[in-house]
Amino acid sequence: MNYSKVAWRNIWRNKSRTVITVLAIVVAVFLSSIMTSMQEGTYSRMIDNVVKFYTGYLQVHHPDYWEKKTINNTFIPTDTLLQVISQTSGVTRYAERLESFTLLSVGDQTRGGALIGIDPVRENEITNLSHWIDTGAYLKPHDDGLLLTSNVAKSLGAQLGDTLVLISQGYHGASAAGLFPVKGIIRFASPQLNNLGAYIDITRAREFFSAYDRATSVVILLENQDLTNEVHSQIAQTLGSRFSVKSWNEIQPEIQQMIDADRSGGVVMKVILYLIIAFGIFGTVIMMVSERKRELGVMVAVGMRKGRLATILLLETLYLGLIGVAVGFAFSMPLIAYFVKHPIPLPSEVAKSYETFGIEAALYFSGNSIIFIRQISIVFIITLIISLYPVLKALNLKLTKSLRA
Amino acid sequence: MKVIDIKNITKTYTDSEVEVHAVNGVNLSFEQGEFAAIVGPSGSGKTTLLNMLGGLDTPTSGEIHIGGTNMASLKGSQLIDFRLYNIGFVFQAYNLIPVLTAKENAEFILQMQGIPKKERETRVVELLTAVGLGDRLDSRPSKLSGGQQQRVAVARALASKPKFILADEPTANLDSNSTENLLDIMEELNREEKITFIFSTHDARVVKKAHRVITLEDGKIISDEVKAIH
Ligand SMILES: Nc1ncnc2c1ncn2[C@@H]1O[C@H](COP(=O)(O)OP(=O)(O)OP(=O)(O)O)[C@@H](O)[C@H]1O
Ligand SMILES: [Mg+2]
Repeated sequence: MNYSKVAWRNIWRNKSRTVITVLAIVVAVFLSSIMTSMQEGTYSRMIDNVVKFYTGYLQVHHPDYWEKKTINNTFIPTDTLLQVISQTSGVTRYAERLESFTLLSVGDQTRGGALIGIDPVRENEITNLSHWIDTGAYLKPHDDGLLLTSNVAKSLGAQLGDTLVLISQGYHGASAAGLFPVKGIIRFASPQLNNLGAYIDITRAREFFSAYDRATSVVILLENQDLTNEVHSQIAQTLGSRFSVKSWNEIQPEIQQMIDADRSGGVVMKVILYLIIAFGIFGTVIMMVSERKRELGVMVAVGMRKGRLATILLLETLYLGLIGVAVGFAFSMPLIAYFVKHPIPLPSEVAKSYETFGIEAALYFSGNSIIFIRQISIVFIITLIISLYPVLKALNLKLTKSLRA
Repeated sequence: MKVIDIKNITKTYTDSEVEVHAVNGVNLSFEQGEFAAIVGPSGSGKTTLLNMLGGLDTPTSGEIHIGGTNMASLKGSQLIDFRLYNIGFVFQAYNLIPVLTAKENAEFILQMQGIPKKERETRVVELLTAVGLGDRLDSRPSKLSGGQQQRVAVARALASKPKFILADEPTANLDSNSTENLLDIMEELNREEKITFIFSTHDARVVKKAHRVITLEDGKIISDEVKAIH
């Protein structure tokens, strides 16, 4: 007759009370895990979108580039450097970029914009840029042409086939000027991005800026976003201080801030759910102890040490919590597993506004085990705290008083 | 051989306005193999005295020695362990752990003593058979009558091989048949196994079976008679 068995039988002495307590935990765990899974799923989809759209998970820069984004703060991505990147585990793809500000003009129209030199093939593997070509064609390797974002094209009145004059400042004060025919117009889902500027092949950009062999950034794609921190520190360590490595959340802190703000909104709801759990268990535990005063007294009277009695009561409390979590997950896990595979589509009006921002319109779920581990830990900690009550009651049990109860 | 030696103990409750001298200057000793009843009107101090004898409560003054050990020298877990190995208890009611069967209830004390499973089994089955419950080993207390529950409690108290068994009104909740039956079992164990029993009671028929009758009034012993043993 071990203590765990006694504790197990004890919680079933009042079946309906235990069932109700467990049900409260089940409901809370169920709602909370579904909610968390949906939140985290949406966040990670959002991050993926941003990352795949532009920033990549990580970027390597000249150490001063982040402070001062000029063509002078560029670096030469040597074969060794690129090898370090491509051979770090978790890295799936990388692409070099050389970008700066330029003036673009056609006829008597002039405006400023970004000029981004890209490796057409590698860039497309990361950001799927060719997908956004509205008219014309995407760049071929070493292409002489230029891609314009739609708003820039519109304000310049530039058409396919027009030749643009680009004037900028090159590497270390060299003058930069060149002629580029418009090969394609890019129309992103986000209007803001359509004001960006122009894309050209990176070799042409290096010639234009006289920044031979140089790059402003190497954009890195990873197997998944959870690897970001790990790969970040690994690459940063190997490359040393002559380069700076930034992750997507440093490059686009707004995204992380938005996620954090949204998360803290969900916290309130979860705190309420967990309070339900806490009070449910606590109420039951108080009754379980108070209605057994005499019985507990008899156990100590006949020779059970108070520590052993406390162990039994502790187990009883833990069982309540653990059954609740287990049953809660038994219900929520299959549902979450299903929704991870089959995101819930949004109604079409809502979907449209999402798609404007280049975000796929659906409710995504995350099956990340951290969610479940966190839930289990929280309920476990709650039950541990609550179990202080019966444990202290057992340790401070007044024998003659309990026996007279 | 003296099992219990009580020297001038008192128990005074001060938690109400007036001081209550529940036990007031009691000197007593018990020999191995006694079958003694403590009687007296309600409030005379029987429970208080038995609780102190069993190490469940501590006297306000005076000393209690059990098997040569001064009870005042035992603290906390030591005292609990002392009870586990030396004293058997039968209370008036709710003696048993409701979620354990008759057998498990008796066995659980032996388990706390660290006795191996095989030995526990044999001893417990033997004792439960001796109290007439050989066929109810696997019944939980709620499935047993009051008398049967008290017999399980006696078996449990015996199982730990204590120096003596204390029983505070063990028959108070029993009908007359069960009372007689329980007393017969206790007496037989006393006679054949030399088990020491000290019990309190209000019941004249129970008093009649005792070999020694100690009468309390207002916390004092007013008589202590030893009857001729059969
Ligand atoms: N915890 C306590 N606090 C205050 N007074 C107490 C306490 N316990 C017992 N008493 C008092 O001590 C006296 C003796 O009580 P005790 O329970 O020992 O009597 P008893 O002989 O067992 O009575 P009964 O036959 O009714 O069981 C009574 O006056 C009782 O009110
Ligand atoms: Mg009493």
